[in-house]
Amino acid sequence: MVKLSREIWATALILLALLLLPPLAYGLDQPFYVEVWSRIMIYALAASSLNLILGYGGMVSFGHAAYFGIGGYVVGILSFHSTEFLPLIGGWEGTTSAFISWPLAVIISGLIALVLGAISLRTSGVYFIMITLAFAQMVFYFFISLEAYGGDDGLMIARRNDFPPLNLADFFYGHVYLYYVVLVALFGFLYLKSRLIGSRFGMVLQGAKQNERRMASLGYPVYRYKLAAFVIAGAVCGFAGALWANHQTFISPDSMAWTKSGELMVMVILGGMGTLMGPVVGAAVLLTLEAVLASYTEHWAFFLGPILILVVLFARNGIWGWVVGRGREDGR
Amino acid sequence: MTTKPMLQVIDLEKTFGALRATDGLNLEVMPGECHAIIGPNGAGKTTLMGQLMGELRPDAGRVLFKGEDVTALPPHTRALKGLARSFQITSILKDFTALENVAMAVQAHAGHSFRFWAPARKDRSLTDPARAALDKVGLGHRADTLASLLAHGEQRQLELAMAMATDPDLLLLDEPMAGMGVEDSARMVDVLQALRGRTTMLLVEHDMDAVFALADRISVLVYGKVIACDAPDRIRENAQVRQAYLGEEAAH
Amino acid sequence: MVLLFEQLLNGFQFGVTLFLMAAGLTLVFGIMGVINLAHGSLYMIGAYLAAVTINQTGSFLLGGLAGLAGAGAAGMAIEYVVIRRLYARDHLDQVLATFGLILCLNELHTILYGRTPLFAAIPSFLEGSVEIIPGVPYPVYRLAVIVVGILVAIGLYLLITRTRLGMLVRAGATHREMVGALGVDIRMLFTLVFGLGALLAGLAGFMAGPLLSVEVGMGERILILTFVTIVIGGIGSVRGALIGALLVGIVDTLGRAYIPATLRLFLPPVQADGIGAGLSSMAIYVLMAIILVWRPKGLVSAHG
Repeated sequence: MVKLSREIWATALILLALLLLPPLAYGLDQPFYVEVWSRIMIYALAASSLNLILGYGGMVSFGHAAYFGIGGYVVGILSFHSTEFLPLIGGWEGTTSAFISWPLAVIISGLIALVLGAISLRTSGVYFIMITLAFAQMVFYFFISLEAYGGDDGLMIARRNDFPPLNLADFFYGHVYLYYVVLVALFGFLYLKSRLIGSRFGMVLQGAKQNERRMASLGYPVYRYKLAAFVIAGAVCGFAGALWANHQTFISPDSMAWTKSGELMVMVILGGMGTLMGPVVGAAVLLTLEAVLASYTEHWAFFLGPILILVVLFARNGIWGWVVGRGREDGR
Repeated sequence: MTTKPMLQVIDLEKTFGALRATDGLNLEVMPGECHAIIGPNGAGKTTLMGQLMGELRPDAGRVLFKGEDVTALPPHTRALKGLARSFQITSILKDFTALENVAMAVQAHAGHSFRFWAPARKDRSLTDPARAALDKVGLGHRADTLASLLAHGEQRQLELAMAMATDPDLLLLDEPMAGMGVEDSARMVDVLQALRGRTTMLLVEHDMDAVFALADRISVLVYGKVIACDAPDRIRENAQVRQAYLGEEAAH
Repeated sequence: MVLLFEQLLNGFQFGVTLFLMAAGLTLVFGIMGVINLAHGSLYMIGAYLAAVTINQTGSFLLGGLAGLAGAGAAGMAIEYVVIRRLYARDHLDQVLATFGLILCLNELHTILYGRTPLFAAIPSFLEGSVEIIPGVPYPVYRLAVIVVGILVAIGLYLLITRTRLGMLVRAGATHREMVGALGVDIRMLFTLVFGLGALLAGLAGFMAGPLLSVEVGMGERILILTFVTIVIGGIGSVRGALIGALLVGIVDTLGRAYIPATLRLFLPPVQADGIGAGLSSMAIYVLMAIILVWRPKGLVSAHG
């Protein structure tokens, strides 16, 4: 019970800190930290979605960033057509409303995850890793080829989505409103995920990670459950991408480069695979580390590489695992 | 009035390259019986198990379960039809507790698992039958222990509990006593004795004491074929069998 | 018709590059069970060292030597420092650790050579075109690449089927533990195989230099294509790597040559080219998807 309290305490502390961050940042006259932590939380959401299939489900998907990009492009394209008054489909000119764009981003990412997952999950092991990577590249090239939406250079988004009653595009406080939207999205998902992990579905997923053969012989059609998890993860990552497009008011194929998928995986591992807060911690640490290193040298990646190797070789349980003590995590 | 066999294996064949692992195998298991399969190493027992469970596709022949042709069905479908299996090399869910392991077995037969909200660990409809199964194999006191921390013998018991938890029509037991000491084996035999008559069992075992204590009939498997199928006493007397299998032991 | 023949040859030539990469990668995975993302970096190392040497010394052959030796040495170093510790690890760890290697090596090359792409010239003795069929001139250099590829394929075939090392490679591909149990120095075998893979990657990089621009990021591009190749061909099989490489090379090249042109029959030129470029980039992935639906383990099993 002590371990359980530690995890809940630490989570509550993190939530509290994040809730108080904007007023603190403004108080210290450093408002740009709001944007920094918005960014971290958006990546944390994406990494959390990957954690569902990677950390809990054991599926090493190396193409998860594709859904991040797809979500962002849904927002971008819908907004583009709306602000340019260009018909998109059957006379519909897109929209800048978050209440339409964001659900669409989720649905479309989920659908693509369904198709790509259905094919990829017929394989396993190394094949699966390579195939998810290859499919992500396919999506990447597809978006590069969309000249109408900026192609390689990316697509500028005129303004953030309409999210009444909050004005996300407000000149002074828009980024603060967005910050809280992201915060709610992240912790909302974390809560849902904790219920999911402890549910019957979550148990099947974790069982399949441990011993798929055993699960099959017990009577589980494992493929179906893995595919469902894959779709959920893709859909949520698409949502993160939609938030990202809003944060940057810009979206480009770089958001789904395979190195981005790699970064997401690093966040999951660094923070602690198969733990609820691990991806959040991982995102914070990795992005902060990149920023700190970048302030010393433009060649920060040269140092990040060996750091990553050392983490993989020696600190496998991740930071969150270390903080709350190695042991049982999920929803007990 | 003839009772239909629970399991029928008809002319089963499986070849790996040059090796005929299963070579025209015929077998019948009647409801309620404990049918043992014995045979020297390399006789094809593991291959047979794989084909019965659906992990291996036979090259020829059929497998009928409760009168239905299941030859082309995958393992999970057969499991849901009432076929349960314990593995020769312990195959449990190591990061779950013993209770959770057995609960997964129960859950598999409790409809689909696309339930995303309610905590499964607190679901009495899963944990009660799971505890009952654990008690039956004598592992009740270890229900909340992590499976990876159980002793080897206890893990074998857990294997059995998982297979039993769903009250299967046919229990495929692949060397349940493997690697067990004398005491643990004896306990396992008692558990299996308690199942006799109610649960149909197909038992692959090397432990001859267990086999002769439990089996109603014994099939002897040599080079992928059943060379004899009879009551235990008559198998003991069978000259062919003695030569092929018990021969070396009789000589001691 | 002439164009088709030329494109087929281009496809073959591209296939050769892929084969050199795929053969090494598939052997490393088949024997050692390690998925090595930094394989593309060895290609890049070879390309850079070759290009720099050619530009400094004016000698193409010296460049080749530098590229091969450099890639080989880098490969051995990487194996010793990092890869060796990954043999017992799961695939996720291998992916992440070698991803770290890529980050480091890419940045190292930016530090050493800057961000501007390098160009290596085709050597004078391989310049120009030759008419293999009367009326159809084809660049000598590309022909030379194809020839080298064929020679390497034959060499690998002989190595794997006729030598003791090759026998161990074949055995190792299917029964890694057995080979160790036979008393073979498994570590030496691993290092040799890894070194061989590195040499092949370096050769591919060296030969690709004059045809593409040499820049950071070229390793990842070829790596992903190599993945597609060995997934299609079947991981662990050199024969599969050859089949996969030729398939991918030809499909990709023909796709790029003909898809935009075909689209122009139906769409205005600007759109046709734009969508055409996108679709032709996607062609090999669609091919991979189709093959996987039919054969989840690739065309050739590792036993082949």
